[in-house]
Amino acid sequence: MNLISQVKYLLKKEILLEWRSKYALNGILLYVVSTVFVCYLSFRVVPPLVWNALFWIILLFAAINAIAKSFMQESKGRLLYYYQIASPQAIIIAKIIYNILLMILMATIALIFYSVVFKNDIGDVWLYYLAVLIGAISFSTVFTMISAIASKANNNGTLMAILSFPVIIPLLMLIIKLSKNAMDGLDRSVSLNEIGVLCAINAIVIVISLLLFPYLWRD
Amino acid sequence: MMYKSWWKILASVFVLYTVVGGLLIKVPTLPILHESIRNLYFHVPMWFAMIVIYTVSVVYSIKYLISNDEKQDLIAVEAINVGLIFGFIGLSTGMIWAKFTWGDYWPNDPKLNSAAISTLMYLAYVVLRSSIDEEQKRAKISAVYNIFAYPIMVVLLFVLPRLTDSLHPGNGGNPGFGTYDLDSNMRLVFYPAVLGWILISVWMMTIRYRIRILENKNNQIN
Repeated sequence: MNLISQVKYLLKKEILLEWRSKYALNGILLYVVSTVFVCYLSFRVVPPLVWNALFWIILLFAAINAIAKSFMQESKGRLLYYYQIASPQAIIIAKIIYNILLMILMATIALIFYSVVFKNDIGDVWLYYLAVLIGAISFSTVFTMISAIASKANNNGTLMAILSFPVIIPLLMLIIKLSKNAMDGLDRSVSLNEIGVLCAINAIVIVISLLLFPYLWRD
Repeated sequence: MMYKSWWKILASVFVLYTVVGGLLIKVPTLPILHESIRNLYFHVPMWFAMIVIYTVSVVYSIKYLISNDEKQDLIAVEAINVGLIFGFIGLSTGMIWAKFTWGDYWPNDPKLNSAAISTLMYLAYVVLRSSIDEEQKRAKISAVYNIFAYPIMVVLLFVLPRLTDSLHPGNGGNPGFGTYDLDSNMRLVFYPAVLGWILISVWMMTIRYRIRILENKNNQIN
């Protein structure tokens, strides 16, 4: 089997498993919805700057919780099976794509629910949504690799958080700036710089993940 | 012996020279900075040394993944330990300088925040190492994290501050030191300072590495 068909099979397997249990999806959605609601009840009204920051913090924690599971749920026996049938690149690509899909779905629902509950004016809705998409993709690419690392190291939640926060902060700062530009309705050409840097970082992260994962996955 | 340790002598001479010369040689009188401009010789070389020593560490992590030689892992770890020391000294000298020139120990400046975050990143590396007991596994996983975090650190320290406004020279439209006030007198001290501290950091790393090797030998059961 070549790489693309391997990725396709693994991705199908991930989605099928998720569809059967619906545990991660429902769990994360409920997590996001209840966090938004807790924030709403404690803040009531927020200024635009806080609105934006709060949204990203909610999304950040939801993403860490969602993606931390991606390697934990694999049992020892299933990993042994993967070693024989698939290449490491196929596994990490399938995981990244699956996490991207999950995060995009989750971020979209979170954004809709968040803006319904917290009223706030967004100047350029489509640019804001683009920022959310780029944010979802960035979270997925970075956290997938970190969760692979954390899963090899006794797999606790603390480790996942301390390893991923410093790595995601530069991306998060750029994303918050980009979404702030969108909220203020600035001209789209102003934000091109941020979009370019974010795409470049994501490309670097994916390439490094592909290079490093083969060293990581086998004990 | 002499031909092997020439760089250590060079490092000591350079650092001694910058301590004496940095405090005595005439500096340009500038508003706000005044005499505190001399901190340039001590604060900035810390960052140069830190970045060089982290780069050394990444190179040895890559070498470790290719060769699986434990010694290379030890060099990578000790390089990061030394880098952390330089990072902390860089942060504290910067904070003191900031208090006298910008009026606050921690002004909201992207360079400061980036330096703090990259220090967090390498502290996380240390915690990751201590969470794994098995030696080979520890070496491999921490090498992977080290290589993964390095490009992000580069983005943090070199790309992000240029995108936002910063109090530091050379960022957010501020001209760099070199363009307006680093006169030839200062260059005469600054460049040896950078080179001297980089060499000192490598020297520290090799000493710590040798101690680790001896400890390992000591712990072995014969």
